[in-house]
Amino acid sequence: MSTFYFIAFLSIFFSILVISAKNPVHSILYLILTFFTFTIHYILLNAQFLAIVNFIVYMGAILVLFLYTLMLINLNKESEPVKPFMVKVAGVFGGGILAVAVASSLKLIGASNPVLLQNPDLGLVKNLGKVLFNEFLLPFEVSSVLLLSAMVGAVLLATKEKEPKAA
Amino acid sequence: METTDLIFRIVLIVVIFAISLVVAMYSTYAERKVAAFFQDRIGPNRAGPWGILQPLADGGKMFLKEEIIPTNATGFLFIVGPSLAILTACIGSAVIPWGSAIAIGGHTFDLQVTDINVGVLYIFGVVSLGVYGIMIGGWASNNKYSLLGAIRAASQNISYEISMGLSIIALLMLTGTLSLKEIAEQQHGFAWNVWRQPLGFILFLVCAFAETNRSPFDLPECETELVGGYHTEYSSMKLGFYLFAEYINMFISSAVMATLYWGGYNYPFMDNFAAWAGPNPAAIFGVVVLFGKIFFSIFFFMWVRWTIPRFRYDQLMDLGWKILIPLAIANIVLTGVISTLLK
Repeated sequence: MSTFYFIAFLSIFFSILVISAKNPVHSILYLILTFFTFTIHYILLNAQFLAIVNFIVYMGAILVLFLYTLMLINLNKESEPVKPFMVKVAGVFGGGILAVAVASSLKLIGASNPVLLQNPDLGLVKNLGKVLFNEFLLPFEVSSVLLLSAMVGAVLLATKEKEPKAA
Repeated sequence: METTDLIFRIVLIVVIFAISLVVAMYSTYAERKVAAFFQDRIGPNRAGPWGILQPLADGGKMFLKEEIIPTNATGFLFIVGPSLAILTACIGSAVIPWGSAIAIGGHTFDLQVTDINVGVLYIFGVVSLGVYGIMIGGWASNNKYSLLGAIRAASQNISYEISMGLSIIALLMLTGTLSLKEIAEQQHGFAWNVWRQPLGFILFLVCAFAETNRSPFDLPECETELVGGYHTEYSSMKLGFYLFAEYINMFISSAVMATLYWGGYNYPFMDNFAAWAGPNPAAIFGVVVLFGKIFFSIFFFMWVRWTIPRFRYDQLMDLGWKILIPLAIANIVLTGVISTLLK
């Protein structure tokens, strides 16, 4: 339990650093650390597959692309867009609503019973695969075809078009 | 976990770290000797007999050189870059089965630090993390050439990770497990996976070259275009860490390739040998066999480096996206069809 609280503290600490860091590249690096703590959370929940997929996909691929883009566009103070007054008001309003939601959820602390999983090994690859390929076969296959077609489409866009013959 | 088991694991971790570092150190020597052989030269021959003390001299030089941190570099991240590179290079060895179990005084010990049931994915995760060392170092240097090198490294790694993952999927369809130990055990004797997955192995090999930034995929440090690439601004041991990380990566990816495709610690007629010599010598011979495979693979890395010229950047991307990925998908389909028909 103490491990959970420590990791949860780190998650929140790093996520605050993400939004408070002045340099966008530093923000991304803190975001990477935040995702790393999420991976540890998954391991604590015995969801090994989810943990490693979070590690590979989010930390290893998506955030590398974030970092890649940020390094290229080179944001700094001079090029930072000044936000209009209305956006600032909207931001304060949205943040206030979130604060109210969090405060009201604090009231419910301790009210929910801990959920006991019938099968604690549910997160292992074998069990996850059985569930995915038995109960959710169609949605699983459709989403994988969707991802594959997105990738094939990207490759197709990148291939050179044949130049039309000069008239 | 028992105390003896714990002690054995700690010893094993230390031994594996030491071996990876020594292998990486002597890979630098081997690389220069191999290069000399291919170019009909002698190579390093001054420090000690046949120059075998050369890596020690190089290491001493790296440690004693002046430490330079450029004025405009981001100080902390400039140090984090090489540290991360060497860290991610070292932690990959944790899931590799170095041999079958050996028995000492009634206890059986697995020659593997930990057998997590997502071992293959762990290796994959560590590989994908490796790019951060290069990217952070290249960005923190505050130098355009370093940044370009880092960006090349990032795009190259991401592109080749996809075909690497797809080539492994075909293998996993045959093995039915993600644990490296079980994959190694399945290849008992001479039933190596490479006979069943030749195309998958070739794809994996090409991607391993790209992921370790070895020639002909060493564009991140292409000196004709980028001075020194991502480590242009580095000096002293921080540069040494980057170079060292590359050799450790080569060692680990050779070990992974040997385990996944070339049977790991298995060798033909191992049952006959075990019956003749007893289980422990057979297990130790298995470790020797595994290291033989690894060393040949490292030699192959060097062989290619001193034979094939570097790709151009667009050729690199073309190869990754238009050749390797379609081939890997075709390999998955073929594997699926054939394994269903043969069932």
